[in-house]
Amino acid sequence: MSGTILVSVYVFVLAMFTGFEVITKVPPTLHTPLMSGANAISGISIVGALVVAGLGEGLLFTVIGTVALVAATINVVGGFMVTDRMLRMFKRDTDASGPR
Amino acid sequence: MTTIQLVIQLAYLLSAVLFIVGLKRLSSPATARGGNSLAAGAMLLAVAVTLLDESIVSFEWIVGGLAVGGLIGVLMARLVKMTAMPQMVAVFNGFGGLASGLVAAAEFLSAGAEGTPVSLDASISIMAGTLIGAVTFSGSLVAFGKLQGVVTERPVVYRAQQVVNGLIFATLLGAMAWLVAEGGVLAGLEPDALYLGLWAGAMLLGVLLVIPIGGADMPVVVSLLNSYSGLAASAAGFVLGNNVLIISGALVGASGLILTRIMCRAMNRSLANVVFGAFGQAPGAAGAAGEVRTKADVNAASADDVAMMLAYANKVVIVPGYGLAVAQAQHKLRELADHLQSRGVQVRYAIHPVAGRMPGHMNVLLAEANVPYTQLYEVEDINPDMPSVDACLVVGANDTVNPAARDEPDSPIAGMPIVEADRAKHTIVLKRSLSPGFAGIDNELFYKRNTMMLFGDAAESIARLVEEVKLL
Repeated sequence: MSGTILVSVYVFVLAMFTGFEVITKVPPTLHTPLMSGANAISGISIVGALVVAGLGEGLLFTVIGTVALVAATINVVGGFMVTDRMLRMFKRDTDASGPR
Repeated sequence: MTTIQLVIQLAYLLSAVLFIVGLKRLSSPATARGGNSLAAGAMLLAVAVTLLDESIVSFEWIVGGLAVGGLIGVLMARLVKMTAMPQMVAVFNGFGGLASGLVAAAEFLSAGAEGTPVSLDASISIMAGTLIGAVTFSGSLVAFGKLQGVVTERPVVYRAQQVVNGLIFATLLGAMAWLVAEGGVLAGLEPDALYLGLWAGAMLLGVLLVIPIGGADMPVVVSLLNSYSGLAASAAGFVLGNNVLIISGALVGASGLILTRIMCRAMNRSLANVVFGAFGQAPGAAGAAGEVRTKADVNAASADDVAMMLAYANKVVIVPGYGLAVAQAQHKLRELADHLQSRGVQVRYAIHPVAGRMPGHMNVLLAEANVPYTQLYEVEDINPDMPSVDACLVVGANDTVNPAARDEPDSPIAGMPIVEADRAKHTIVLKRSLSPGFAGIDNELFYKRNTMMLFGDAAESIARLVEEVKLL
């Protein structure tokens, strides 16, 4: 096992712990937005897809990269937008009586 | 490391930090929207700096891909109904998994094309990314189909299911080990062909893992697939040696695992039981043993009786279930609550974690109907107050208010946390019929002396209640 992969494993494990700490504090009322928002973040593969789609190393790679890019972009754009749409609806007592 | 690469790496670090801060802000409804925007900004930053990468030489496909994906994403986010949110999250999970799996595939094929020896670490990462990505993709599509009603919601079971799944999994592991160790050159078998087979097998496994799971267990599956989509992104990060992918994926993986655990606890079942148990495959089996009870055994009430009870109560607790969302009655329900509140009645909502089809689903549906989140209470917060509640209105919920979970150790749902609607002074149940809930067991709550049943469609019943309350 090389040193680089070991560093990657460190990063992964510490990020998991960070995730557990941060997300445990999210109240149940926000669990759906949490899930769709987290889902959008998992579209980070878009970064990898961009590189594959732009390598210009032949049709096969361009096609694979572009399909990955489209899928990841749907995930990212749709995920963040629908999360925003949901969070806009959450209102406290005081402002619920006003017009939407 | 060139200057550009340094800039890219530092920007990735900033993105990762912003993702964490954004998720942290989701811990309160007041800051959540800003947190989501922050995470979206972090993603934009990551995409923008990636385009600076010198190895990207052709941009036309990138522009096209971003435009097509962006357009589809915007349309889906705008058009989806809030009741359909679980299936949309399922689809998005699937796309995330597909993207991560394809990134791993590109890496595998490029190593093969160049004939460069791949390190053991990279090779293992590619295989893991492929497996998780493909399972997430096909599993999410089946989950979507079930939630949308395209695929049967009932558990699909066959003989020796787990043995078959286990064998497929073992075969996939074998193929992966072979590809890692030998490059797959086996008696004329091309590595690329074997790799393609790995994709097909992994996608088959994803389908087989989700089809035995019943409709009402979907919250667990969607949470679990959410976790997988994160792990797939992490695996892609290992493949590319890219920390922002590893970190973001791990955050999502952790999030999905936490939600999975919360959902399992809310049903008092282990994850293994949900995934392999095929719960609810034989509804009626438990009820068949007892005597058949009919509407004659319950207190059937009229709308004006119920309206009177609600209007003259001090404290009312509403327990919504998925039936409420199916009947699209949440807006009418809020109207009823408004009328009650203007008469000085305290109205609160008791939300069971599995009331909807994904974690927190019911909260979103009520928020859409303009119910303030400050009126929503969790099970453990509302139960101690139940004995002082004058009227508890159960709308479209069944198993989540079944006292058998608390009182009968032999019940299939024994130990599941419930909203103790039966402990209120009076309970009113809005329901079409006396049919059992998902767990397939009779609900003693319906037959209690201080329970009133208002039969009919939830939306129509609530509309009648609104009219009656107005007349009082």
